[in-house]
Amino acid sequence: MSGDSKTAEDGSFRESGLADLINKERHGTGRAVYLPFRNRDIALKASLGLLLALAMAFIALPVLALFLRSPLPSVAEALHDPVVLDALRLSLMTSSITTLAVVIMGTPIAYVSARFSYPGKELADSLIDLPVIMPPAVAGIALLMAFGRMGLAGHYLSSFGISIAFTTLAVILAQVFVSSPFYIRQARTSFEDVDIALENAARTLGASRARTFFYVTLPVAMNGLLSGAIMAFARSLGEFGATIMFAGNFQGRTQTMPLAIYTAMQGDLDVALCISIILVAFSFAVIVLVKVLTRRVFKRC
Amino acid sequence: MLEIDIEKSLRDFDLHLCLDVKQGQTMMLVGDNGCGKTTLLNLIAGLDRPDRGRITLDGRSLFDSDLGIDLPPEARGVGYVFQSYALFPHMSVYDNVAFGLRARKMPAKDIDRKVKRHLEEAGLWEVRRAKAADVSGGQKQRVALARALIIEPKLLLLDEPLSALDVRRQAAMRAELRETIRACGVPCIIVTHDLRDVVSLGDNACLLERGRVAMRGRAEDVASWGADQQESAETNDLS
Repeated sequence: MSGDSKTAEDGSFRESGLADLINKERHGTGRAVYLPFRNRDIALKASLGLLLALAMAFIALPVLALFLRSPLPSVAEALHDPVVLDALRLSLMTSSITTLAVVIMGTPIAYVSARFSYPGKELADSLIDLPVIMPPAVAGIALLMAFGRMGLAGHYLSSFGISIAFTTLAVILAQVFVSSPFYIRQARTSFEDVDIALENAARTLGASRARTFFYVTLPVAMNGLLSGAIMAFARSLGEFGATIMFAGNFQGRTQTMPLAIYTAMQGDLDVALCISIILVAFSFAVIVLVKVLTRRVFKRC
Repeated sequence: MLEIDIEKSLRDFDLHLCLDVKQGQTMMLVGDNGCGKTTLLNLIAGLDRPDRGRITLDGRSLFDSDLGIDLPPEARGVGYVFQSYALFPHMSVYDNVAFGLRARKMPAKDIDRKVKRHLEEAGLWEVRRAKAADVSGGQKQRVALARALIIEPKLLLLDEPLSALDVRRQAAMRAELRETIRACGVPCIIVTHDLRDVVSLGDNACLLERGRVAMRGRAEDVASWGADQQESAETNDLS
């Protein structure tokens, strides 16, 4: 104990010495040094504020323009248009199936990636992240080369009479391809954040691996998994490039909302604007949902 | 009775330990940081796997490399109180304590009765509905202990059970902990840094150094030896 107090005293001596030195500096040069610092501080805050205002305007202006250009009555009218209705129905259906598929397949992958190491793990993790940086159009062509009628795997599938390209299934495959990393990355981080001691405690208390996963790990990681799933849903909803390349643009079958906007742009700008408004409203609802759902954060014990 | 004779190579040194703890006895495990104390608890609980050797509890083999026995943690019947307490943050105090019984698929009525008794004994009945993260440090420690004891373990492992508490609470909890452990009558191993814990909680003690038993004996002897060591180390520091 006496050793501890000795070092503590040493420490405080050193600290007070330093404090003396700083005081002398301050007294020596007076307040003249202090004021320019304060001015610089104000300038820094002002420029940061300006930057923030610019960034907000840059994002808000286009959204505002969208709403100002298309009056609400015409949006309601667009909701009766069969093209819009088909696109909306198809978009919601495919995005929901995609999210479900991504969650079911991605959750075990994310857990294994977070908790275990195996040969080739680095490669597997990089491959999972690849679609994030791959341009969607490239992803579409790649999918076509793999699952198209003459593609690497599609060649064998078509001999069984199975054809994927230019069907609703192709829409879902394209969405899964581009949106799965959004879920898996988030889920991996959430699982890594679950204290391994919690899993160990559950095991010693008599829970099997499966019970531990479903009763402890999954509920604790749930916030992160939910926000990951919602991000994947939003990404699927907005998917354009890969879908048009791999699934084509057929109303009621592969024409999702973004494709319908693109098609409407060729003729009637107002219809395109209305569909855009609906999509923006959905995206915004998604963000609000993420914020609300992830607010319920568990405190750490 | 717990008998251990295990080997495991760790990153910095090889752990090689031969220990036994008799029924109703408390063995204090002391040593520097990283000397293998927590690793030993994990090996006994089945959370980590020894390279070679045997772990036997009341004549039942938990691990035997020769016979190829390695029971999973859930089948060992070991009560483990973690240093961080590892309470499930998404569950209430009640659900934390009931967890082990639910894992055993015990009828709900029996669970209710047992959990109530344990919570009342630990003075936690009033806070049973609070989330585990929201109770005080001392209460967390009691929840962790009640949760480990309710499964009627054949062996009790406690990793620095008092280190997360402030000094004043430590003294009160030390006496409480000693009584609770005595009442269970099973072998108990407690890892600690604090020499005061060694004397007040332990029957005998064991000093670990780089994965080996450096000294073993009555708790008082190891504690006084430890105090001497500390003093001489401080004298060296001063000079």
